Amino acid sequence: MNKKTTKLEAKELNAYYGDFHALKNINIAMEEKNVTAFIGPSGCGKSTFLRTFNRMNDYIDGFRTEGDILLDGRDIYAKDVRVDELRKEVGMVFQKPNPFPKSIFENVVYGLRIQGIKKKAVLEEAAEKSLRRSALWEEVKDKMDKSALALSGGQQQRLCIARALAISPSVLLMDEPASALDPLSTAKIEELIYELKNEYTIVIVTHNMQQAGRVSDHTAFFYMGELVEFSKTKTMFTSPQDNRTQNYITGRFG
Amino acid sequence: MTNSEKNRLKDKAFQVFGVFCTFIGLIVLAVFLFDIAIEGFSRIDWDFLTSLPSRRASRAGILTAWVGTLWILVLTAIIAFPLGVSAGIYLEEYSKKNRWTNFLEINISNLAGVPSIIYGLLGLEIFVRQMRLGGSLLAGALTLSLLILPIIIVTTREAIKAVPRSIRDGSFALGASKWQTVWNQVLPASFGGILTGIILSLSRAVGEAAPLIVIGALAYVPFTPDSPLDEFTVLPIQIFNWTSRPQAEFLTNAAGAIIVLLAITFLLNGIAVYLRNRQQRKVKW
Ligand SMILES: Nc1ncnc2c1ncn2[C@@H]1O[C@H](COP(=O)(O)OP(=O)(O)OP(=O)(O)O)[C@@H](O)[C@H]1O
Ligand SMILES: [Mg+2]
Repeated sequence: MNKKTTKLEAKELNAYYGDFHALKNINIAMEEKNVTAFIGPSGCGKSTFLRTFNRMNDYIDGFRTEGDILLDGRDIYAKDVRVDELRKEVGMVFQKPNPFPKSIFENVVYGLRIQGIKKKAVLEEAAEKSLRRSALWEEVKDKMDKSALALSGGQQQRLCIARALAISPSVLLMDEPASALDPLSTAKIEELIYELKNEYTIVIVTHNMQQAGRVSDHTAFFYMGELVEFSKTKTMFTSPQDNRTQNYITGRFG
Repeated sequence: MTNSEKNRLKDKAFQVFGVFCTFIGLIVLAVFLFDIAIEGFSRIDWDFLTSLPSRRASRAGILTAWVGTLWILVLTAIIAFPLGVSAGIYLEEYSKKNRWTNFLEINISNLAGVPSIIYGLLGLEIFVRQMRLGGSLLAGALTLSLLILPIIIVTTREAIKAVPRSIRDGSFALGASKWQTVWNQVLPASFGGILTGIILSLSRAVGEAAPLIVIGALAYVPFTPDSPLDEFTVLPIQIFNWTSRPQAEFLTNAAGAIIVLLAITFLLNGIAVYLRNRQQRKVKW
């Protein structure tokens, strides 16, 4: 086994929505080029935690954090960190596919355009590369100028993945990326995650135990804002240490 | 009569009443239009549209009035559009929700209900007297801009609000700044709605006479304006002026002018409806 490097880390992280204590003293270290699944009952703070890694919570009035979130050992909440630079490193895919009401091509290259890249050749190359990686190229290569809203839900979600990949992040955050999709599209997304972990560090929130089991190397179980258990996915599903984990994965609550 | 029969009767009665209420406005409008059309259509010809005003009703035309109305329309649009849209964007996208912005919001809604003549007085003091613009097109357009600004701000905010959160999130997550997100995503997606609001508010401005009379727009202007600093008249003022004359011929002139004014407003409203429908068809979230 080669040496593992820590990609993402939270140290004594607390997060609050106003007075509400949403994340309680969380410590976790996630390895590079690994898939980590976040599981836990609704409202336990999975999305909140996921969104601290690219600071998407910054826009919520009253949200604040204590403690550290480290990306490659650097505190991403430090004063000198630029959020747009951070988000080039840490991409995100949302629960509901959210393509922009623009053409497929413009969707994929949006992140590059934002960075001021205008050369058509560069954009086209990046678009093809990202669409190939998200296994969508064959389906859309002849209709790049068509509206992205005309794609199916599963295609839209893979387009959103392509869009995130186009700016070459090293981390991919996925918040229930398949929960709005049919089983076939879900399988495609899972396959894709399996492919992508060769190059990216992936964190995925899911409500689907089988999915967590299929795609992830490590699993973190959250309960009421606490990280209850974090271990190898196999270990977690075969011999959970905590009662609450056991109850959750056997479906006794949640 | 059983209870249920009674209820059914009440139901029926309300339906009839409801139909009456729905149509009363339309019927009154139709009668009015019919009346105007009979009186005015025969008066509209090339001469009527291209003649200067005159003391003799049969030679008087509405050239200065409709040209003035177009000037006012364009100038007001140029002034009110950037101001109103910027304010709407600021309030919806940038301002923190606190007591101060709450106060601002309530008062902007209140402004939309202030009688137009009050805006006229405001314009008279600020633009005509303090800024020494006199009874010029510019003073008139500025005054009308104040009048429609609240409407533009409110409709801009509505249009922007209709753009789903998820689109903004998607943009932010790719590293876009707030301004980039507003410019590249929010505005294009809400532009149809914003434009609709602006056109509707302009069609209201075009029909205003009171505030322009207050700032000193004249009924009798013997030339068409060449620059924003020229004196002017507009169709509503011309109409007002003609209807207050005792001679019947002037009433015919007024009817003709009313038809032209209505044509302009209906055209604007038509464009607004068209844009709104197109927007609704284009964007399904
Ligand atoms: N914008 C917000 N303002 C206030 N409280 C919030 C906000 N967003 C989330 N919360 C609260 O924080 C807690 C955690 O929410 P979060 O969305 O992270 O849960 P989750 O684990 O992702 O749930 P789900 O599985 O339903 O997506 C919940 O109790 C929720 O009510
Ligand atoms: Mg969630």
